Amino acid sequence: MGEHIIKLPDVGEGVAEAELVEWHVKVGDLVREDSVLAAVMTDKATVEIPSPVDGEILWLGAEIGDTVAIGSPIVRLKVAGEGNVKSDAAGQTAKAEEPAKPAEAKPEAPPAAKPKVSEPVTKAAPVAVAPKIPERVSGAPRPEGEKPLASPAIRLRAKEAGIDLRQVSGTGPAGRISHEDIEAFLARGPQVAKASGLARNDSVEDIKVIGLRRKIAEKMSLAKSRIPHITYVEEIDVTALEELRAALNKEKRKGVERPKLTLLPFLMRAMVKAIADQPNINALFDDEAGIIHQHGGVHIGIAAQTPSGLVVPVVKHAEARDLWDCAIELNRLADAAKSGTASRDELSGSTITITSLGAMGGVATTPVINHPEVAIVGVNKMMVRPVWDGTQFIPRKMMNLSSSFDHRVVDGWDAAVFIQRIKALLETPALIFVD
Amino acid sequence: MKEISCKLLVIGAGPGGYVCAIRAGQLGIDTVIVEAGKPGGTCLNVGCIPSKALIHAAEEFEAVLHMAGGTSPLGISVSAPALDLGKTVAWKDGIVSRLTSGVAGLLKKAKVKTVYGWATFRDGKTVAVETETGTQLIRAETVVIATGSASVELPFLPFGGPVISSTEALALSEVPKKLAVVGGGYIGLELGMAFAKMGTEVTVVEALPRVLAQYDAELTRPVVKRLGQLGVEVMLGAKAKGVKGDALLVETSDGKSVKMAADKILVTVGRKPMTEGWGLDQIDLDMAGKFIKIDDQCRTSMRGIYAIGDVTGEPMLAHRAMAQGEMVAEIVAGHKRSWDKRSIPAICFTDPELVTAGLTPEEAKALSEIKIGQFPFAANGRAMTKLGEDGFVRVVARADNHLVLGIQAVGQGVSELAAAFGLALEMGARLEDIAGTIHAHPTQGEGFQEAALKALGHALHI
Repeated sequence: MGEHIIKLPDVGEGVAEAELVEWHVKVGDLVREDSVLAAVMTDKATVEIPSPVDGEILWLGAEIGDTVAIGSPIVRLKVAGEGNVKSDAAGQTAKAEEPAKPAEAKPEAPPAAKPKVSEPVTKAAPVAVAPKIPERVSGAPRPEGEKPLASPAIRLRAKEAGIDLRQVSGTGPAGRISHEDIEAFLARGPQVAKASGLARNDSVEDIKVIGLRRKIAEKMSLAKSRIPHITYVEEIDVTALEELRAALNKEKRKGVERPKLTLLPFLMRAMVKAIADQPNINALFDDEAGIIHQHGGVHIGIAAQTPSGLVVPVVKHAEARDLWDCAIELNRLADAAKSGTASRDELSGSTITITSLGAMGGVATTPVINHPEVAIVGVNKMMVRPVWDGTQFIPRKMMNLSSSFDHRVVDGWDAAVFIQRIKALLETPALIFVD
Repeated sequence: MKEISCKLLVIGAGPGGYVCAIRAGQLGIDTVIVEAGKPGGTCLNVGCIPSKALIHAAEEFEAVLHMAGGTSPLGISVSAPALDLGKTVAWKDGIVSRLTSGVAGLLKKAKVKTVYGWATFRDGKTVAVETETGTQLIRAETVVIATGSASVELPFLPFGGPVISSTEALALSEVPKKLAVVGGGYIGLELGMAFAKMGTEVTVVEALPRVLAQYDAELTRPVVKRLGQLGVEVMLGAKAKGVKGDALLVETSDGKSVKMAADKILVTVGRKPMTEGWGLDQIDLDMAGKFIKIDDQCRTSMRGIYAIGDVTGEPMLAHRAMAQGEMVAEIVAGHKRSWDKRSIPAICFTDPELVTAGLTPEEAKALSEIKIGQFPFAANGRAMTKLGEDGFVRVVARADNHLVLGIQAVGQGVSELAAAFGLALEMGARLEDIAGTIHAHPTQGEGFQEAALKALGHALHI
């Protein structure tokens, strides 16, 4: 019998540490080789840590939410044979380090070991904390059907104030309602439900911000605190574009499997064209070094909603992809992001971002720039609106673009020129395809 | 036809109606009240007040009579007393007239216009009053029906001749030699006992197996005992069948027919709401049985029409009507009010008196676990000094939080304890509140405190 220590492997290029987001095992579990022990999250990808050997879990080296350095021990296994703990001395050292928090590690263990979990789950079990109730507010009103206990003077006062005494907690003997109780009730304001059948809920659930949610929170704080945003909203007439899109989707060619086109590939191509005129929009701004890295390749991040939160898969080199290629790559990345199998590489390296909420897009949005990029293009909902053509109102398919720019390096004028160029291209889509 | 209009019209100047009108007047509402008789209704004219006057006179007479017998433990002896009932009734009438003219004065002071005459609804907003000087048409934004109640008449014992209701019983000029009382409820027993004390031979005919059936047997036991002492014959399970000459025909509990000679036959089998003769059919209100249906603001099914008092249901008590009248006046004035009273105490002025407030032990048991504390007046010093040792105070409380749910008492003069009982219930008192309140010594009220202490397990004087 020996011990095998598993250290956090190098999960990606240049990553020095990773956040532990899920344990699939607990102390005492028997694991087989290749069964998943834990999930860790780096920049935006979740990586599963498999067991290299068969054995019994003796110790878990981190709690969910902990950031663990690459190479530090995370699991100790009891294995048949020698194990990888060479000498007694080394074992002693390992043991000497352990007691840091073995005691806490135990109760924090996740529910049950699931044999095969392919989907990275990043939510932690929420910890319900008993709410603290101020002393004067003695919780819920009296049991159903029981009359509120109050003197005639209190009842009159409640009546005149429009208070339903059944909703008031009595702090006096036998739950008698006092003048102070009425005052406390009034001070708490009208948010208290008056209708019967509705009850106050004073519970508070504490949810630990970990994993992807923590990444998103950090990224958003960084972007909003560092970048002075300027947001520009413009209306686009996409009637012609929609006709073209419908025609292309209808067209069938033998032996050619083509994906269904959405609006995004057209927008991506239009952006590539506009960026050709204004390369400063397609850039990363290293504000600490004071350098703008203006990229030749247009790597378009597509903000996508997944069950665990926002991720941004990246369509690399959009300038070298035609409409169909953009569409195929977009679909592939979207599927990967949704199933959680997108690689770290696929989730990084963008130079400009598109954010689209589709039918949920609303009339206008104020997109947050994907730091350290300098521009983000937001797609709003397309809808038929009446447009005055000079003599009459005609129904046109209209869509807004809400786009934000880093005002430190992109002037308002340039932002407007960029969006007006995209508008011209989308309104006369043939222009997208001519050089 | 003369026509006036007002904001509020009250029909009936009994305790409900006149209180409603006075309060409305105080609140500055343009108010008219219509009354066919004298202000004060049943209560002042032929109910509460005159009966209490007569009962008091009878009590005094009986006490003196007792002394004349030479057996008074107080050591007082007098020569044979005599009662001139005519004078007694005149004295009683004096009190009644002082009170009714007092009400008329109060209405006037509150700037309420009183119209004397019989009112009949034309429609929901219009009432025609037959006055001495012709028909007066009154249009009102809001109408309050306070028509009260009347004695129930038995079809086989129609009022007239020897058959009388309580109204006539309170106006007799001589003490009847033999009185048959049909109905052993509180009115029958109050008056029956009073006449017994004045020397009448009284027989009570009650169809149920016990008298005062609305109260529990324990509470009524001292009254039953006293009926025996006064020589009142009580026929239980017996049915009055009719009248033949000067005799009442009765079917006894064992099925025999008895012919009972009586100078007067007093029928007290209850009271019925006055829902006829004033055009209820013109406005077609929803009814609750024989009463007008009302909600917790005394609103009837027709907008702008309220009803209060006996015409709206049990308990048919003056103080309930007064509280309703006051509330309705305030609602009409735009205040937010609704019926939220915890108890309507009820008193039976028999000898000894009965008081009930809140829930009886049986009613309370149905709702929760209870504790009962009972204190006998035999252990109360003041009761002894008044020769009133019979009876007790009983407190019913929730077992879990000691909230007082009901209070009952039987004993001499306990009617005055009704104030304390009602206050305790309205204030939401617990047993500890009553036990912790100093009750002045020596009074019968101490019995209330002791009953609460008893329920808590540490009565001091028993």
